Amino acid sequence: MSQIETFYEVMRRQGITRRSFLKYCSLTAAALGLGPNFVPQIANAMETKPRTPVLWLHGLECTCCSESFIRSAHPLVKDVVLSMISLDYDDTLMAAAGHQAEAALEETMEKYKGEYILAVEGNPPLNEDGMFCIVGGKPFLDQLKRASKHAKAVIAWGSCASWGCVQAARPNPTQAVPIHKVITDKPIIKVPGCPPIAEVMTGVITYMLTFGKLPELDRQGRPKMFYGQRIHDKCYRRPHFDAGQFVEQWDDESARKGYCLYKVGCKGPTTYNACSTVRWNEGTSFPIQAGHGCIGCSEDGFWDKGSFYDRLTNIPQFGIEKNADEIGTAVAGGVGAAIAAHAAVSALKQLTKKEEHEDQA
Amino acid sequence: MSDTQVAETRVKAAELASTATASDDGEQQIVRRQTAVYVYEAPLRLWHWVTVLCIITLCVSGYFIGSPLPTMPGEASDHFLMGYIRFAHFAAGYILAIAFVGRIYWAFVGNSHARELFIVPIHKKKWWAELLHELRWYLFLEKTPKKYIGHNPMGQLAMFSFFVIGIIFMIITGFALYGEGTGAGSWANNWFGWVIPLMGQSQDVHTWHHLGMWYIIIFVMSHVYVAVREDIMSRQSLISTMVGGWRMFKDDKPD
Repeated sequence: MSQIETFYEVMRRQGITRRSFLKYCSLTAAALGLGPNFVPQIANAMETKPRTPVLWLHGLECTCCSESFIRSAHPLVKDVVLSMISLDYDDTLMAAAGHQAEAALEETMEKYKGEYILAVEGNPPLNEDGMFCIVGGKPFLDQLKRASKHAKAVIAWGSCASWGCVQAARPNPTQAVPIHKVITDKPIIKVPGCPPIAEVMTGVITYMLTFGKLPELDRQGRPKMFYGQRIHDKCYRRPHFDAGQFVEQWDDESARKGYCLYKVGCKGPTTYNACSTVRWNEGTSFPIQAGHGCIGCSEDGFWDKGSFYDRLTNIPQFGIEKNADEIGTAVAGGVGAAIAAHAAVSALKQLTKKEEHEDQA
Repeated sequence: MSDTQVAETRVKAAELASTATASDDGEQQIVRRQTAVYVYEAPLRLWHWVTVLCIITLCVSGYFIGSPLPTMPGEASDHFLMGYIRFAHFAAGYILAIAFVGRIYWAFVGNSHARELFIVPIHKKKWWAELLHELRWYLFLEKTPKKYIGHNPMGQLAMFSFFVIGIIFMIITGFALYGEGTGAGSWANNWFGWVIPLMGQSQDVHTWHHLGMWYIIIFVMSHVYVAVREDIMSRQSLISTMVGGWRMFKDDKPD
């Protein structure tokens, strides 16, 4: 695989016209939240920069991130980004298999030392020396450590790599951990979601390739351009929330009218993602638009935050699962009873004291 | 510390003795002397009652943010109920926080009693002895309580651990959540946004903030009960002191 080709050359070779190419650049600029003056900059970078090799590893995961990625809305994204990034190793997508595939991985790591981008889908289990996830006869943990050693940057695809997701949910028997627990010396871009939105994934990669740097990240390492706001902030049902119009039960009148799903447990107000703006499947819809609340799949530990259909989180530390209000009411009731009892004894004491006093007098 | 001196002179100047008749049948007249000391200065009293109103507003509005009222009928454009409830919560939160900052300032410039809320003298042996005495008084093991110009040791400990810690926790988590709405780059997000990853994620902060409300509610319940009880059973005034600022003693006996 030659690395002299630029992105633009690859695109032209695939039969894409210059007009389409420029449209793609504008679309990318818009998707990344950049102004129109960035379009020539993107186009120029595409025309001049050699492609960057990307290694795409799979740990404990369900491949939903890959599935999402290959369904990018814009045909250019689907056709081009994959070839654009020179995906040298991706065991689910590449033609090679077995020893050949592993050889490709070794070759790229050797040839482009310190220049390749490592994309990780899924995460490593640490229990039993990582034996719960074996790739090419070795624990995935080893492969991850080795591949990250000379990577320029690391992308954590999806909630597995970013937070741990379902395999790290309690009681986490395999001790699956997000990749930042293993890779500590490299910049990691988290692109959480179960799966992340395809346009978000291609957007992040395009940004890195065009500008040669990481996108601006928030405190938790997520690209601000896509994870800067909550689903709730841009939800089209937000006016119903502000008005106090809620779905009380599934299939009630309010559900038919498309009111806010807050009371049936929508996690939109606590979830940072671009679903309410970018949407899914070529911008067709997203969960809330389909009538179901957000389950908060791009948030840390979302499996362990109680029911998808309750607003208040259950707190399992209290044995029986209770939410903050139930615990609060119980404790306040206890304190109230204690106060009442104490007040009764106090009144009695006061009364006897008074009597003593009067007796003395 | 000229403030303390001023406070002391005020105590002396204020030692007015007033006589009161306990019963009016003439024969059995018990004469009580009430000595008054100026304890709580005006800004401190104002802060107390502003905080009371804020806490009530915050608890009610906060509860309805977590568990909203039944659905409003009609067009969304006709209503703004959640908007108003959230506005009340945020406005009261701002007032509470700013008043609390003012209260910290007053601990520096006010009289010595203004510092009691923040500085618990756990290094003093006497304080521990009196704490034990107060505990025994509350367990009905002591017949008479001690006299205090400011807080009694148990009251002081409770005020610090429930109120000061509780309010600081609620202000920090509250503004962290507020910063989520105002967004990245807003002052609330810049100052308090770090709380969210610290506690896990946004929903965890919501849960903690919610539990914090119950912590404050328990504090308020105990605080009101103890204030009323002490007002009746202790040897000094409590409730009127937070209104007028003067501490009245009900007897002349030492301690």
